[in-house]
Amino acid sequence: MSSPPAAAVQQRLSPHAEPAQRTGAQIVWEVLTREGVDVVFGYPGGAIMPAYDAMPAYPIRHVLVRHEQGAAHMADGYARASGKVGVAIATSGPGATNLVTGIATAMMDSSPIVCITGQVPSSALGSDAFQETDITGITLPITKHNYLVTRAEDVAPALHEAFFIARSGRPGPVLVDITKDAQQGFARLEARPPPRSLRRRPMPEPTSDAIARAASMIDAAERPLILAGQGVLASASSALLREFVEKTGVPVSSTLLGLGGFPASHPLSLGMMGMHGEAWVNASIQEADLLIALGMRFDDRVTGKLQTYAVHAKKIHAEIDPSEINKNVRVDVALPGDLRRTLEALLPAVQPRTRKPWIERIAARRAEAARRDVQSLPSGGKLFAPHVLHDLWRLTDGKALVVTDVGQHQMWEAQYYKHDRPRSLITSGGLGTMGFALPAAMGARFARPDDEIWVVAGDGGFQMTACELTTCAQEGIKLNIAIINNGYLGMVRQWQEFFYNRRYVATPLRSPDFVALAQAHGLTGLRVTRREEIPEALERARAEPGTVVVEFRVEQEDSVYPMVPANTDLRDMIRRPQFDGEDT
Amino acid sequence: MSHDSAFAIPQGRSIAQTLIVYVEDRPGTLNRIVSLFRRRGFNIDSLTVGRCERPGVSRITVVVRSDDVTVRRLEANLYKLVNVISVEDVTHSSSVTRELAFVKVRAAQDRRSELLQLVQTFRARVVDLGQESIIVESTGTQEKLDGLIDVLRPFGILELVRTGAVAMLRGPGTGAQQEQTESDDGVAA
Repeated sequence: MSSPPAAAVQQRLSPHAEPAQRTGAQIVWEVLTREGVDVVFGYPGGAIMPAYDAMPAYPIRHVLVRHEQGAAHMADGYARASGKVGVAIATSGPGATNLVTGIATAMMDSSPIVCITGQVPSSALGSDAFQETDITGITLPITKHNYLVTRAEDVAPALHEAFFIARSGRPGPVLVDITKDAQQGFARLEARPPPRSLRRRPMPEPTSDAIARAASMIDAAERPLILAGQGVLASASSALLREFVEKTGVPVSSTLLGLGGFPASHPLSLGMMGMHGEAWVNASIQEADLLIALGMRFDDRVTGKLQTYAVHAKKIHAEIDPSEINKNVRVDVALPGDLRRTLEALLPAVQPRTRKPWIERIAARRAEAARRDVQSLPSGGKLFAPHVLHDLWRLTDGKALVVTDVGQHQMWEAQYYKHDRPRSLITSGGLGTMGFALPAAMGARFARPDDEIWVVAGDGGFQMTACELTTCAQEGIKLNIAIINNGYLGMVRQWQEFFYNRRYVATPLRSPDFVALAQAHGLTGLRVTRREEIPEALERARAEPGTVVVEFRVEQEDSVYPMVPANTDLRDMIRRPQFDGEDT
Repeated sequence: MSHDSAFAIPQGRSIAQTLIVYVEDRPGTLNRIVSLFRRRGFNIDSLTVGRCERPGVSRITVVVRSDDVTVRRLEANLYKLVNVISVEDVTHSSSVTRELAFVKVRAAQDRRSELLQLVQTFRARVVDLGQESIIVESTGTQEKLDGLIDVLRPFGILELVRTGAVAMLRGPGTGAQQEQTESDDGVAA
């Protein structure tokens, strides 16, 4: 994309002796530039045209998506890959409503994005005008906050506040809806407008008494477990967590979104907890005498049936959002506040310890579970999805940024790709949004231009936002895309197998020829049907300068194990059938 | 506003909890508050909103049926709304709580004096006197109004409206005493 002439930009950004008159549309881009935005993802339309018309004078790249849902996911992926605020822009009406799934996704996973939407002129508000929709009303429960801006002079304060709110505290999405006349009107742009009447609150902090009680509980515990969530990543506490773990000898399990917050290769790392968590993790949670929850929210996919969850354990809960404390699980010590500061306070208060019997007990469970693992079973020439993820991890040396979609492949990725570094996995956890991976990875590309990025998606989810492959080609974005194709909506099929007597209703799925689809975009497409073909395909994808789509035709009716059925005791796991000697 | 609360873990006794909430007087603020109660499954007994001593600020008194742990979570959720300035739980504080009711009662000539006597006993006022009906105005606690309505019912209640409770702390303390001072730490959540 061509950038504007440097002189024009310089003139535009130069400090003025007097605050200059600008249009609301110009102010939008001025504020974005001030906030450090260098890329936005969007789609133009009538009510946002004044803003688009003003855009070329500013040093901001625009990525033209094929559907606004993709724009929101791209902003989200950018935010998760960088920790900065991602920006999506759309017109009123259908443009705005198409953002909704992406906004809800960002809300559930605490991802900081700002969505800017055009709105019909303020004189037409409430008249059911063409492409009018009450987007602030619609997004009220799925944003941290939103604004309806009807005057040019309100554009800058609202946008600055939006960025502040999106990134502060527990991050999340903010939407700013700007009427067409507010974009066209004139206002003075102050050099640095002070935040309006936004009342700011001190970050909550744990009391020293709570820290002391938590520390003595940790010192006294014989079977403690850390539950590490996304808060570890959001607060950049990975190094601090490691120090804490090595001092206290407490093993760490992770939520799906917490993966990478503590190195998977560390001897005290146990892996993922919950519905598709490792068997030894779930068993240990049920046996633990203390759970130390760090930046996580006891989601139902983590706890299973609440009445039977960790009944022997006292619970310590460190969490930035006080409304999460005592929501699902009653806790004994609440440590509200920024996790980094909480860990800084807790670290000197705990005693150095080892917990050999407890660690050995978990290790024995782990060894037993390994025998059931598909990696230990003969493949008989067949291609299992876990093989693909395992080999991808090996070949990339665990150093790629993996962006997954939602379903079976997502769980296999979490189990078989060992994440050692923070922000090396991006996935839709809370909302479970199929179609997330491709656009999220495209957004992540702008945040991490030099990193190897792999999209891992199922055949179903990929088709939900496959139109963005065209965007990928137009923008010259390099991604490696692995489509795990089993010809089913696999996770739903698995539930049908387990809980609906194998009635595979509406789950068999026909796909386009993915290789031809890639080629139709001028991209490279590869197909893998046997395990021994995996390395060559992966290497070729990595070597190509452009985006490569690799379709893996995997076993159609494999399931994710272990599985804790919804709302049951974590010990009630469905395990992979043990190999009985027959090569089936 | 009954709502099956599948979210909350049962913990302790549900009682009427009274919160005083100061909010920025902006379009949509009340919508945000009510939407929060709805989607989190909190049961509103009553909600009143109006101006207060500070310009640009509205004061909401909300009564919810909840236990003491859940109401802490409600308070934390309210603080997540950007337009909420402060929340004060006055349930266990010494406070004055009142609501106002209008009751339009059938007032046939032969029972009128009996009716007026009852109104006087309750220290209520007659604010409209018609041929066949009167309007009784009464201010008091929820219990007092319940009692008044009970004794008026046999006469035939034609129409009834209650404002919901408003509350104020006794003594020099104010409902806004926990409001935080400016700080750069940011919105808590």
